Amino acid sequence: MSDVVVARSLDEARGALAEHPDATVLAGGTDLMVEINRGLRRPSHVVGVAQVPELRDWSIADDQVIVGGGVTYTEMMTTPLADAAPALAQAARTVGSPPIRNAGTLGGNLGTASPAGDTLPVLAALNAQIVVVGPDGERRMALDEFVVGVKRTSLRPGELIVRAEMDRPTGRQEFLKIGPRNAMVISMAGLALVADHDARAVRCALGAVAAGIPRARDAEAWVSERIDWDNGAGVDDSVADEFGQRVAAASSPIDDHRSTAAYRRHAIAVLATRALKRAFAQGDPSDA
Amino acid sequence: MPDPYSLRVNGVDCEVADSDIAESLLFVLRERLGLTGTKNACTEGECSSCAVLIDGVLTCSCLVLSATAAGQEITTVEGLGDGRDGLSAVQEAFVAEGAVQCGFCTPGLIVAVHDLLEANADPSDGDVREALSGNLCRCTGYGRILAAVNTAAEAKRSQP
Repeated sequence: MSDVVVARSLDEARGALAEHPDATVLAGGTDLMVEINRGLRRPSHVVGVAQVPELRDWSIADDQVIVGGGVTYTEMMTTPLADAAPALAQAARTVGSPPIRNAGTLGGNLGTASPAGDTLPVLAALNAQIVVVGPDGERRMALDEFVVGVKRTSLRPGELIVRAEMDRPTGRQEFLKIGPRNAMVISMAGLALVADHDARAVRCALGAVAAGIPRARDAEAWVSERIDWDNGAGVDDSVADEFGQRVAAASSPIDDHRSTAAYRRHAIAVLATRALKRAFAQGDPSDA
Repeated sequence: MPDPYSLRVNGVDCEVADSDIAESLLFVLRERLGLTGTKNACTEGECSSCAVLIDGVLTCSCLVLSATAAGQEITTVEGLGDGRDGLSAVQEAFVAEGAVQCGFCTPGLIVAVHDLLEANADPSDGDVREALSGNLCRCTGYGRILAAVNTAAEAKRSQP
């Protein structure tokens, strides 16, 4: 095969990867091309998957949203997908700039597996299953089984990210992130929070404050017992504040060129408190 | 090495042979096809100086592996004018408003503004700032750029 294959179908992509399991999969290019342009990476073979129709598919059911690996941030921000997975849309909205969001994809965000990948906390909070396909057929796993370290995944040679299948709970979803400005910002701290009224559960996951994408499970359990699920009343300030502290305890941030551990831990507490208040605000959540 | 491939740029088919696997679309446009209107600055998608339209979608050409763009319709800043030497309404507006200082960001901005006005004929100030949020002007001449967008939008709306 040529060193560069532009796959036009999932079968073609699988075939090219079967022939060259060490081939580099290229989706939107927003991460990989930066490394290639800087000379940090020189692939021997490339399989382009941006034009694989099966990967660009998405679907919405009553209790589930399925998003193909090739769906772009711009598409995630567009109705009806944005209405079915609002936190995913909010996260997509904070990525890069319009041309970056036109190119970058959910599968690319997963494949890069940066702790600062903005869609990743959303997928974790929505109990997403990541579906991959490879020489041995299909595998599915939770996000914490897929992302196993800083920019490390459990993808095996020849495997391709196909889609993410996530819950579609009743209740509000929030994604919040901190960075030095609004556009073109890589997250210093990010958080997704989901209110699942049927399960009477709050779910919360964190970005850019650990090697992986941790769920704040102790804080989730604690706050889920303190929500007035029957009457839909707002959350007490004291509960929201303590929730923030408990969520921050689930982070394990470091000092690096983007921020400090202390600031990140503080920011996560603020974001968790804010997200909880918005998720359970009566009336317009933006007033919370 | 990728097999020889053909890029369709501004309506013209251009053959690319003997290329390296690591060549970006930006590199090929400038260094192989001589289309130097598209500017090379950050090569990491931060500045949009290299913005082009691919199948009508605003894209940073530095982030496109050139061989993967074969068969797609690529429009560079050179392809946006009306006629051989004519300027588009957006280009006219940038001239009229003096929205150019060093000029390095201008081609990327022209492409991005074309893309914006194609989708939204009457953008709000917020829409404009959002649409151009990835275009960096190192001279920080944003005031006149925003004025040029308004002028271009008005001109396009008044066209029959």
